[in-house]
Amino acid sequence: MADWQPTATLETLRRRAELMAAIRHFFALRSVWEVDVPVLAKTGVTDLNIDSIPAELNGRRHYLQSSPEYQMKRLLAAGSGGIYYLGKAFRDDESGRRHSPEFTLLEWYRPGWDEHNLMDEVSSLLSELGVVAEPVKVSYREIFQQNIGLDPHAAPLEALQQEATALSGSDFTAVSRNSCLDLLFSLGVESTLPDGLVFVYDYPLCQAALACSGKDSSGVPVARRFEAFLNRMELANGYYELTDAVEQLSRFESDLALRTAAGKSAMPVDHQLLAAMKSGLPACAGVALGVDRLLMRLLSLVDIREVLPFGIRCDVND
Amino acid sequence: MATYSTNEIRAGLKVMLDGDPCSIVENEFVKPGKGQAFNRVRLRNLKTGRVWERTFRSSDSLEAADVSDRDMQYLYNDGEHYHFMEPDTFEQYQADGKTLGDAVQWLREQDTVMVTLFNGQPLAVTPPNHVELEIVETDPGLKGDTAQGGTKPAKLVTGAVVKVPLFLNIGDVVRVDTRTGEYLSRA
Repeated sequence: MADWQPTATLETLRRRAELMAAIRHFFALRSVWEVDVPVLAKTGVTDLNIDSIPAELNGRRHYLQSSPEYQMKRLLAAGSGGIYYLGKAFRDDESGRRHSPEFTLLEWYRPGWDEHNLMDEVSSLLSELGVVAEPVKVSYREIFQQNIGLDPHAAPLEALQQEATALSGSDFTAVSRNSCLDLLFSLGVESTLPDGLVFVYDYPLCQAALACSGKDSSGVPVARRFEAFLNRMELANGYYELTDAVEQLSRFESDLALRTAAGKSAMPVDHQLLAAMKSGLPACAGVALGVDRLLMRLLSLVDIREVLPFGIRCDVND
Repeated sequence: MATYSTNEIRAGLKVMLDGDPCSIVENEFVKPGKGQAFNRVRLRNLKTGRVWERTFRSSDSLEAADVSDRDMQYLYNDGEHYHFMEPDTFEQYQADGKTLGDAVQWLREQDTVMVTLFNGQPLAVTPPNHVELEIVETDPGLKGDTAQGGTKPAKLVTGAVVKVPLFLNIGDVVRVDTRTGEYLSRA
């Protein structure tokens, strides 16, 4: 007989419903309004490490959105003010205990704020939602240096490659700076973080993604990006947003060059986003938070499918 | 030989790593939201039995190992090598004592065992989980002692020494778990 039962208990699903309601209540009190942007659009993302899931619509290529970011930025450029999205996002080839190809994102933007204001609001939200922990803030450089013994901004590539090779047990001697940093952070830093809520900020410039560049307290150029970790699990990623359309286009183009070099399909560039940025994206901070992972932590569950009504089973251990 | 992308290797698959055949124990997907995807893999080296932990990029690939498990009949020991035969093809294989390891104490001629072949050569020999073997050496049995819990050492026909209840005698056949070396019952 076909296995029709939910992968989460009904009690977990009730907690999930309460969590969604509490998030909406939090933003209603702050006059940040919900926007229900489409999950289906003609463009996806150009990121090297995020694969949009294609969908055919009347024979024309579309993509399920890996994040509501570009469409929300078009609303911000249209003058929306503070907005949030609470809904589905999709990413191909991501499946495991902490990953589901379809997952629930909470993403919000605060015009006029910087990333540090937004970290405070992430803390307030999590505390409202039942995360009992005094947040800790630490720069990427400090936590990286403490655990790996190298300065992530200044260390030569060969030193990072050697450390990554030693830590992973496999050959990283020809691997990019970005991938070495990802490996060292994932294996060597994340696992050493303390219990509770930890914000890591001032990322290396090569990991800027959609964040503005800036300078840290000692004058070193950094990306104004932060991540939140809850009991060592990546929970949220935020930026003081890049608003410069020219710089944005050049980042899209370098993404596409990396995709080509990696043998990945080219992706159409979102010209509507670029046009919106050209017309004027207000200075703002934005953050995306994994709602499924938050629920996993609140309920002490270890597999993301335990918090999804019908978790998709397509990872290697199934 | 075929290769597997590290993102598709699952428990039980046999792959080559550092020149040795390994069996995948576990494969965990690790990925920073914006970053490179990795697979954190635990593998058992089939030559040494040691478990390795390695992290690969999900785009990496590993060569498949030519490893297979076959049921074979144990024929004889010529003093140096142990000889096995595949019952369907009558093809014979020989393995040395190092390859056999602890399995040697459970081998009885004509019995069927599992031989793991790597590139056509025996890599390991695994006896059945349960075997029934005759006692060839032990202290005399104590009649009427069946209810008490005492044990004594007994040497079996294959050379293994196991602890058995006091009432058993030379010539009795016992059932033993080869994984733990424990007496299970009188056969």
